[in-house]
Amino acid sequence: MTTTALPSYEDAIARYEPVIGLETHVELGTNTKMFCACPTEFGAEPNTQVCPVCLGLPGALPVANRAAIEATIRIGLALNCDIAPWCRMARKNYFYPDMPKNFQTSQYDEPLCVDGYVDVLVDGETVRIEIERVHLEEDTGKTLHVGGATGRIHGATESLVDYNRAGIPLVEIVTKPVPGIGARAPEVAKAYVTELRDIIRSLDVSDVRMEQGSMRCDVNTSLNLPGEEWGTRTETKNVNSLRSVERAVRSEIIRQASLLNEGTRIFQETRHFQETTGDTRPGRSKETATDYRYFPEPDLVPIAPDTAWVAELKAGLPEMPSVKRARLAEEWGISTVDMQSVANAGAIELIEQTIAAGATPAGARKWWMGELARRANETGVELAAVGATPAQVAQLQGLVDEGKLNDKLARQVLEAVVAGEGDPAAVIEARGLGVVSDTGALTAAVDEAIAANPDIAAKIRDGKVAAAGALVGAVMKTTRGQADAKTVRELILERLS
Amino acid sequence: MTDVTRMTAAQVAGLISKGDASAVEVATAHLDRIAAVDERVHAFLHVDREGALAAARAVDEQRARGEELGPLAGVPVAVKDVIATRGIPTTAASKILEGWKPPYDATIVQRLRAAGTVMLGKTNMDEFAMGSSTEYSAYGPTNNPWDLGRIPGGSGGGSAASLAAYEAPLAIGTDTGGSIRQPGAVTGTVGAKPTYGGTSRYGLIAFSSSLDTPGPCARTVEDAALLHAVIAGHDPRDSTSIPQPVPDVVAAARRGAGGDLTGVKLGLVKEFAGEGAEPGVLAAFHESVEALVKLGAEVVEISCPHFEYALPAYYLIAPSEASSNLARFDGVRYGLRVGDDGNRSLEEVMSLTREAGFGPEVKRRIILGTYALSSGYYDAYYGQAQKVRTLITRDFTSAFERVDVLISPTTPFVAFPFGSRTSDPYQMYLADLYTIPTNLYGGPAISVPCGLSEGLPVGFQVMAPTMADDRMYRVAAALESAVGTLTPPSLEARA
Ligand SMILES: [Zn+2]
Repeated sequence: MTTTALPSYEDAIARYEPVIGLETHVELGTNTKMFCACPTEFGAEPNTQVCPVCLGLPGALPVANRAAIEATIRIGLALNCDIAPWCRMARKNYFYPDMPKNFQTSQYDEPLCVDGYVDVLVDGETVRIEIERVHLEEDTGKTLHVGGATGRIHGATESLVDYNRAGIPLVEIVTKPVPGIGARAPEVAKAYVTELRDIIRSLDVSDVRMEQGSMRCDVNTSLNLPGEEWGTRTETKNVNSLRSVERAVRSEIIRQASLLNEGTRIFQETRHFQETTGDTRPGRSKETATDYRYFPEPDLVPIAPDTAWVAELKAGLPEMPSVKRARLAEEWGISTVDMQSVANAGAIELIEQTIAAGATPAGARKWWMGELARRANETGVELAAVGATPAQVAQLQGLVDEGKLNDKLARQVLEAVVAGEGDPAAVIEARGLGVVSDTGALTAAVDEAIAANPDIAAKIRDGKVAAAGALVGAVMKTTRGQADAKTVRELILERLS
Repeated sequence: MTDVTRMTAAQVAGLISKGDASAVEVATAHLDRIAAVDERVHAFLHVDREGALAAARAVDEQRARGEELGPLAGVPVAVKDVIATRGIPTTAASKILEGWKPPYDATIVQRLRAAGTVMLGKTNMDEFAMGSSTEYSAYGPTNNPWDLGRIPGGSGGGSAASLAAYEAPLAIGTDTGGSIRQPGAVTGTVGAKPTYGGTSRYGLIAFSSSLDTPGPCARTVEDAALLHAVIAGHDPRDSTSIPQPVPDVVAAARRGAGGDLTGVKLGLVKEFAGEGAEPGVLAAFHESVEALVKLGAEVVEISCPHFEYALPAYYLIAPSEASSNLARFDGVRYGLRVGDDGNRSLEEVMSLTREAGFGPEVKRRIILGTYALSSGYYDAYYGQAQKVRTLITRDFTSAFERVDVLISPTTPFVAFPFGSRTSDPYQMYLADLYTIPTNLYGGPAISVPCGLSEGLPVGFQVMAPTMADDRMYRVAAALESAVGTLTPPSLEARA
């Protein structure tokens, strides 16, 4: 294989037009599995959340979980889909050891929800992503290959299967192809998945955590020359974070452009995203040849949600994230773009809760988007997990507003809060960090500063009031920053007038 | 005391409830009978002597405590080996499940236990219920007690033969294309296929999910109805189970036994009453029709033009579903595993396991079904078969606008000698020609003995509308009252 230098992203996009499509799987947060009463909690001992049904034992039969059907319909409604008045589950037949029945109960040509859309904001501009279908299926178990160097099936000496995940309800959301987005394709892909995640989170039907696999994304990418037909698409799997969605599209555009530049054809194939290198690698090529022999699942009666129920579910949908963002931007007095950064930082709920705990919108936003966002970024954790609660941030800002903390002290207190030393008030108490504005306590420090700086004191006496700043600085130093600067200044001027 | 193995289930239940016999005595008599004759009949794949005696003791203790007993308390029952029984081998007569002991009971087994019946063991069948002769059992065929050189029907030949051999008064079968009724016909016993969804499939190892129906087998219509009443009814664990009350089949059977069919309209299926059936079968059938007329029934000839397509439609739908249902037998989780030597790939081990574990008829149907579902062929085969199914259903519903039940012979021919139909699958498939339409429609049907042809039993089939199972019991019981039950020649005499 020859290794030619890859084109730059800019070169690739200057020559070719990308078309993307996304298939997203969301594990529903129902208490029980799709077709049995087994619990769905994440992280249990292998093969402890199983029964004859989800193990596919001979004779066992599925019964559909109504909560899962309801959650799927709500997702469909939130994505502006039509809900099928009658549809069936289908069997997708293929042999794989993590599938207990060697078929997956899914949906084929009769999905529960069809023809929706999601609007996403990229660089201040709205892009409409059309949704082809939302359907319900069951998850598979997990296979662990032991003894090989790669952790993959080839070379492994043993394969262990955990069926705890088998039968957990899974919703698949498939977009129509998204053309015409040019260089923004990677950002559009990321913005879509982010929006989808926020919508589903607002419905409270899944914890949508990509790192735990409760939300998984497959990204389809193709390139074509301007004015020509769409190219052959590849499907990239194993895309496990929002950032990876963006990287996967970008790297696939570059890879395909490189091949097309050489005159090589693109093959329809499944590829795997590599988190470490940021590029995609080919998957098993024979997957493309699989004939799944779909047919309607005879063990389940058709799903026929009645219109009154669907209307009731529609009426009960929560405020959608985009509507909520617009409302909050208005309430907080910030621009759409600033609101987008708040959303991107995952700070909306945190700021809302901080405001609810008594802070002003500006005060709440300042901490979450400033100091705390920086720390979260540095330590690589989500903002919500940074170590401070909205109540603590509200308390901190309250102390600043009351003049009990200045900005510098407040940062120190926040540092201690994040380090787990307790609420701001407790930290101030324990560390003695509060602002000293008691004139009695400050007078000595002021006198000391005047005595130590006779030249400056003389200037002030001569009416050069601006020189007072230097003395204030000296007092702050001796009081380790705890003095209230305004009080100190007043005291100095009073003494030297 | 008369031999309890010769009694009906109703009589045995009466003895036990009155205290004239203990459940243990009854169980022991049947277990002894099995020990005496099953070597020649081979109705059972597994006899659970200890489990049966324990269940019988529990009934006796219940009675001793003065507790109320169920209608079939202490009555022995044999269960087809395709139904999951907790801790008791369940193989579907396949090598691929040899030694498998389910960790759970099928819903109907739970109901049998709750009713106080005493399960004697698991009966032989064609592998995965695919066949009409039990010759496809991986553990050897069952022999027809009427003539040990002939087939007992299939797939539930073991259940039917256990009744004809007086090894059990009741048995459970499953009917996908006739597997309860055709064995009933050729062994001179009663076999009823309830309405699809009227009896739970939970725990029945699936052959064809949209057709499989568990049901009762007995030596009398009343006994079949008593067993039907115990096992039927809605099961929340089976999505296709019908959430409606079960018709009172026992009352219907007792009413029919009174011998009055005044006002009952019978539709004689024209397509199934002429050529195609053996002359002796037709003769017995038509004599029985005359007998029913004498009881006051009105008979009209009904044409069901799409019934002739039932067999080909069935041989697309059933294998298609089977090809998917049987995919789980791969050696990974339970049952047989072949070739796992540490060097072979998973795919090879799965292949070798299935190659060694499945018999020829099962493989034939998996291949048929896989082909019928393949992309490019789906519409022409599976899709087309579903359309035929709709047309057959229409034949039934329009017939039931004119008549109360449909009647026909159960099967075109009496018990045939072993090996006479195994070389040509189509000749074997013809055994279910008259029973398959009902399965495609989903209604209930019963086979009741109606006489002999060349010394071998002939079955009479009564088909009813869905959830009108009571109608077929009434007509079948009336016929039974007119022509009587059949008694096979003594096995002892042929020892
Ligand atoms: Zn389960």
